[in-house]
Amino acid sequence: MEDCPLLEVKELRTRFSSEKGTITAVDGVTFRVDHGETLGVVGESGCGKSVTAESIMRLLNEKSTRYDGEINFKGRNLLSLPEKKMLDIRGNEISMIFQDAMTSLNPVFTIGDQIAESIIVHQNLGKREAMEKAVEMLRLTGIPSPEKRVHEYPHEISGGMRQRVMIAMALSCKPSLLIADEPTTALDVTIQAQILEVINDLKEELNMGVMMITHDLGVVAEVCTRVAVMYLGQVIEESDVDTLFDSPRHPYTRGLLKSIPTITGDRSQKLHTIQGVVPALDNIPKGCRFAPRCPYATDQCISESPLLEALENGQKIRCWHHEEIMKREGVTDVITTAT
Amino acid sequence: MLLQQQLDGDKPEQKDSCAPLLQVRNLKKYFPITSPFGRLKGHVKAVESVNFDLYEKGTLGLVGESGCGKSTTGRSILRLIEPTEGSVNYRGKELLQLNQSEFKGFRKDMQMVFQDPHSSLNPKKRIGELIEEPMEIHKIGTKAERMERAMDLLKRTGIREDQYFRFPHEFSGGQRQRIGIARALAVDPSIIVLDEPVSALDVSIQSQVLNLLEEIQDEFKLAYLFISHDLSVVRHTADEIGVMYLGHMVEKAPTDDLFANPLHPYTKALLSAIPIPDRKQRRERIIIKGDVPSPIDPPTGCVFHTRCPFVMDQCKTIKPEMLQQSDGHQVACHLYN
Repeated sequence: MEDCPLLEVKELRTRFSSEKGTITAVDGVTFRVDHGETLGVVGESGCGKSVTAESIMRLLNEKSTRYDGEINFKGRNLLSLPEKKMLDIRGNEISMIFQDAMTSLNPVFTIGDQIAESIIVHQNLGKREAMEKAVEMLRLTGIPSPEKRVHEYPHEISGGMRQRVMIAMALSCKPSLLIADEPTTALDVTIQAQILEVINDLKEELNMGVMMITHDLGVVAEVCTRVAVMYLGQVIEESDVDTLFDSPRHPYTRGLLKSIPTITGDRSQKLHTIQGVVPALDNIPKGCRFAPRCPYATDQCISESPLLEALENGQKIRCWHHEEIMKREGVTDVITTAT
Repeated sequence: MLLQQQLDGDKPEQKDSCAPLLQVRNLKKYFPITSPFGRLKGHVKAVESVNFDLYEKGTLGLVGESGCGKSTTGRSILRLIEPTEGSVNYRGKELLQLNQSEFKGFRKDMQMVFQDPHSSLNPKKRIGELIEEPMEIHKIGTKAERMERAMDLLKRTGIREDQYFRFPHEFSGGQRQRIGIARALAVDPSIIVLDEPVSALDVSIQSQVLNLLEEIQDEFKLAYLFISHDLSVVRHTADEIGVMYLGHMVEKAPTDDLFANPLHPYTKALLSAIPIPDRKQRRERIIIKGDVPSPIDPPTGCVFHTRCPFVMDQCKTIKPEMLQQSDGHQVACHLYN
């Protein structure tokens, strides 16, 4: 059991039936998360990053959703487990933090009750002990005077504090995998810095695997060890975080990195833009999904869709022409220098 | 052309090109809090004595975290909400003294682009009508001329002219923001208040809109008040930046100066908290503890003293003045007295 990866997603395909016919939100996604590492999943709205997370937790309405592929968690395929078994895993072995803490907390219960609930359900503790544990968890996330805070309601505390409550709740059963779906997007930068630090510290303390879903490449650079970049339901590039920022290979990743205004770059230059918009999911391009927006697209890109190719340095890339592109842009080839 | 004359004609002549277009002094906005029976319980002190100048073709960035009063400042100078106190001087005319009908003539010169492109456009109107609406209100041009201008503006902001008859829901977020910009341009303003114009957009779309804003600034000779919580975006667009905290402007400096040499402890913390999408440039981070205090009962003395790592005794009682440190760089902090 020990040597199998914590989470291994293989060719996951999530399809919804809708009025417009079947929509494939996630199309053949493969990645793994190990103990003690943070995998960043980045992409723009509609790229399927959240649906991937919800598929792992099996939170989607299963009447209108079809899953294919495998989600192996500690060697068990979550997609074939009955709902009853999932209840033991959700919130216990795999926890999730959502973007909007206000709507994710129940307004009519105190925060102490809400943290204690998952402890009572999963750990068979009495109410009093669960409450004590809730206080301890809140202290761990850095909330001042937690013994008073447990009696407060979600509306009485600030946004940053609510996100800490969410983290305390998610971690109360010491999960081995934490899925954080845009945990800091609704927060201010100074509070974001605090929350990212809390997640990182607790990851090390509990030796958890973390799947960090975000659209912010700055957050990725700050906390992740490995990154998967998604575009229109597919992983288009995956590598360790240094490689991604030093030598991104996919034209989309390269464009994305160039188009962010930074606090260090050249201010007088115009921002790089990626032309066009992300196509709708019911109108997916036939060949490479990025081809209509790609400055390097050829006939091959438009007609044939590339596979996720694994390179020697561990980088994975879904592009027909990445080698030529790297040469053309005058980037020293990392693979030849590495081997 | 009649339309162009009407648009240009009644714009007051700028006498001195170096004089600021807009001068804001001691702007204050308190929102009253009343009990259910109408008894006054206190005030939310959203904006407290904010000063700045806006120059032709210049961009002033206002940054700060939620609740710092940056949007209230933007709305107050357009009188979308009435400021409690202060002076807003536009080309030598005191705007806050005017009554609504006198002020209407000036509204044309000052437009606004909102954050959320999904809720700021009327879903029942075609985008062409939406762009013509401000011209109609200000009685500019004939119907045909207005339509022609709307088409021009659509084309200029990167929307195909044949989409004139479409409804807002048929467009993506980035396109809707372009429509919002076209609408603000319709009456040929000299100032546009941009309230978080790219915060709701994805990165690849964000850069398109930022570039568009830059292009039209030169073309239409616009002054921008650029409100954003995102310092990297503001750095790219603004010539000068004002940093706000709990209703106060704590530091104001030319953009390059502010990033190279931030003085106020809050600015330093804010800058160090921004995650940089580059692994080679990791730096020491100042994590400030705690949350922003309530603006109903702000701290005495310096408003930042409850979270400041360099707090001294005098910070708790004496409010620091905004003082000039170097050319154009002002800071309100006792450390620099």
